Amino acid sequence: MTDQILVKGASLLGAASCDVLISNGVITEVGSVSAPQARVIEADGLVALPGLVDLHTHLREPGREDAETILTGSRAAAVGGFTAVLAMANTSPVTDTAEAAERVHDLGRAAGLVDVQPVGAVTRGLGGEELAELGLMARSRAGVRVFSDDGRCVADARVMRRALEYVKAFGGVVSQHAQDPDLAGPTSCCHEGELSGRLGLPGWPGVAEEVIVARDVMLARHTGSRVHVAHASTAGTVEVLRWAKGLAEKELHWDVTAEVTPHHLLLTTDLLSGYDPTYKVNPPLRPQEDVEALRAALADGTIDAVATDHAPHARHDKEHAFVDAAFGMLGLETALPVVATVMVESGLLDWAGVARVMSANPARIAGLGQHGHDLAVGSPANLTLVDPAATVTVDRDDSVSLSRNNPWHGRTLGAAVHATLLRGVPTVLEGKLV
Amino acid sequence: MCAQPAPDQAPDDPSAASAPPHRVVLDARDITRALTRISHEILERNKGAGDLVLLGIPSRGVPLARRIAARIREVEGVDVPTGSLDVTMYRDDLRKHPARGPQPTAVPPGGIDDKTVVLVDDVLYSGRTVRAALDAMNDIGRPSVVRLAVLVDRGHRELPIRADHVGKNLPSARTERVMVRLDDLDDVEGVWIAGSAPQTPETPGKPAPGDPGGEATA
Amino acid sequence: MKRHLLSIDDVSADDVATLFETAAEMHDVQRRQVKKLPALRGRTVINLFFEDSTRTRSSFEIAGKWLSADTINITGKGSSASKGESLRDTVQTIAAMGVDALVMRHAASGAALQVSQWVDAAVINAGDGTHEHPSQALLDAYTLQRRFGSEGRLGSLEGRHVVLVGDLTHSRVFRSNVLCLTKLGARVSVVAPPTLMPSGVEPWSKELGFATSYDLDEVLPTADAVMMLRVQRERMGGGYFPSAREYTVGYGLTRDRLATLGPDVPICHPGPMNRGLEIAADAADAAQSLVLDQVSAGLAVRMSILYHLLAGEGSTS
Repeated sequence: MTDQILVKGASLLGAASCDVLISNGVITEVGSVSAPQARVIEADGLVALPGLVDLHTHLREPGREDAETILTGSRAAAVGGFTAVLAMANTSPVTDTAEAAERVHDLGRAAGLVDVQPVGAVTRGLGGEELAELGLMARSRAGVRVFSDDGRCVADARVMRRALEYVKAFGGVVSQHAQDPDLAGPTSCCHEGELSGRLGLPGWPGVAEEVIVARDVMLARHTGSRVHVAHASTAGTVEVLRWAKGLAEKELHWDVTAEVTPHHLLLTTDLLSGYDPTYKVNPPLRPQEDVEALRAALADGTIDAVATDHAPHARHDKEHAFVDAAFGMLGLETALPVVATVMVESGLLDWAGVARVMSANPARIAGLGQHGHDLAVGSPANLTLVDPAATVTVDRDDSVSLSRNNPWHGRTLGAAVHATLLRGVPTVLEGKLV
Repeated sequence: MCAQPAPDQAPDDPSAASAPPHRVVLDARDITRALTRISHEILERNKGAGDLVLLGIPSRGVPLARRIAARIREVEGVDVPTGSLDVTMYRDDLRKHPARGPQPTAVPPGGIDDKTVVLVDDVLYSGRTVRAALDAMNDIGRPSVVRLAVLVDRGHRELPIRADHVGKNLPSARTERVMVRLDDLDDVEGVWIAGSAPQTPETPGKPAPGDPGGEATA
Repeated sequence: MKRHLLSIDDVSADDVATLFETAAEMHDVQRRQVKKLPALRGRTVINLFFEDSTRTRSSFEIAGKWLSADTINITGKGSSASKGESLRDTVQTIAAMGVDALVMRHAASGAALQVSQWVDAAVINAGDGTHEHPSQALLDAYTLQRRFGSEGRLGSLEGRHVVLVGDLTHSRVFRSNVLCLTKLGARVSVVAPPTLMPSGVEPWSKELGFATSYDLDEVLPTADAVMMLRVQRERMGGGYFPSAREYTVGYGLTRDRLATLGPDVPICHPGPMNRGLEIAADAADAAQSLVLDQVSAGLAVRMSILYHLLAGEGSTS
């Protein structure tokens, strides 16, 4: 295998077409390139983006290897155009020690398809009471920088404050799953509103997310730290973020960032009327007004990134009554087509914008130095080739994930990932794993 | 949906212009004469009106039973207890049709225990309705004797059942439809037969024991 | 009729009329010595109850037996806590034994609908979480129609003002009743404290045409019938209302309120009753109380439901 790759005729971030020469995992030439020994990847009509980075993935290993493993999750990520994913800590056992973090890191390396960056738990065992060994996880081989109890909310204000203060020592960030347990308890599963009233499903009011987001931005400001809002889902959260970012931009000593999932950009709460657990997710699908506010926020930068919250589940965990079924949807393989369909086709974002929200910003928030770079000479060759003209009707069985809880089954989406390169090595070509 | 017309009772009106080709078998006066004769036969057989109970099988057996009771009142001066016996739940062909709502079962005060019950129906055909009626009666009480009076016997029995009193023997082809209409329930009164079979000569009502269709050629 | 009875939305006003005609005939069977009709002979009906209920389950069991069906009671285990077998596996295993109908009660809203997609048997919802309890609403409406009728004929609910009072948020009886009563033309008002009024009820009440109120005394004077719904004392723990006493004063059918109602206004309660909390003992035992009529009506209505769903063609699995 030659270690020179020539990507011919791609449109860089949707702009002018040119060639990109990659040698030894680095971009060495951009423009009109001739390289007879290089392996050629024809990219005429394709858009080249920096490799996508997912701030929020559940790889289920260790503990639920029947639903997904780091290997199968890496495959799904590569197929989805990702070159790096952050693996959430709510595994079994929880990733709350350096050893656990290193284990996940090593398994990711062994799979070798994407850079798997472990997320460390904020609290021991996700119990919400005592800080986990954040510093040791940061110093470990895994180099943990993002900490999250995702799945659960760090509800205790004092614990959240301490965590925000503590991570300053190593440039860490706390990613919060915002859900006030007193306003939306463990059985809450449907946006609180007319539909939850008619269906008799326990309501999950938007305010349960908003009060935590509001509290956390004030704590981040008070402690001079960085807070990240996971899977923002309501218009109210967007309003709080807009106001908070205005303050942070002026005051500079603290920061707030936010992510939104692909499903919250398109799917609405009405899908729950048939009690189908495929659409059960936390936070729940919301009404159209919230979806519109989230799209606008992603377009204007109030929300920094798209993150999949890829949550694979074994079939039997979803085949329960709605209230009893597991929360979560698959997302890695469909994220780019959904964003293209919702944001690019409507003109809310151009491809440069997609690169920003799906690569540059997430890489920056997570501190991943190898990812999210401009496609320029000297940058690591992590890139994704997208066919903007493709249309795909999603077939849930046509997937490299171990699970099938796919909310997009049967839908037609625009754009498809054609190729993914990790440090110059193709992991996906022609839409399939290499 | 739920309620359906029972088989053998065509929904159309034989006197309507759009009805298929048909001929009158009994007109209103024929029906009256037949019921009068049946009423006399019942009294003759029972040697009076003692312990008699008339149970009409809905729908049209019910008004027929009432008319017979009226006739008996004129002749004997006695009010024979009269009621209705719905057989829907006891039919053996329930699963072949959408579920039909039952009609009322009204057992006259005094019940049927140790009585002579005369079941009254408009048409005797396969015999299954009568079999169902016998089952239904079983769950209500234990009559000492059960007899059967019908306005029309059209033959084609599928069970060993025969009528004790017949208004008219009407040999018919299976493809033909026999339609009974009564003033009480319909806008017209009469018995019609319709269908593609050739016309068969009518025979006056004389029941031949166990023989479907009497002296007819069908 | 539709194959399953999962919600009141599954029956049209005509279907309800037919069900009630048959129920009236079934009522007579209760008075006979031989309480049996052979209509469902050879059919197997499984009562699959994941939630405790003596009265509904025995009502369905007797109804099935009086129609000569083979009825079997199975207590379903399993909530999200004991995740062992999935709900789908549980019901498919049972249905694989060749079952004609599943009468199911489950603690989760929507469970009956989900199960109907996994099995061939006819599914009858005997109560799913806080969502619906269609046979209860049907027997309530039937009981009221009998009360408003005369000489054994069923009366009409058209234009009658029916008032429902209680913990509406957590009540499946409320949801089914409001659908059923409005379908039959009744004028419905529902009364509850704000914390027990279902979320998003405003657009919903406009669509179906029922009124909402926090003030029971304002609504009662024009009531033609009152339906008291059970309030669980546990709700006090959830902070829905401060004390039983306060609830009773504001929303209970007290002796004073019974007096203002007058003796002609029937009182219903699906049971079990919290005497003294939502309904005074005097009201529960008053001559105008239809509580016991509801029970015998329940049997007749459930016989009618089983008959219409199972006896005819197209009802086999």
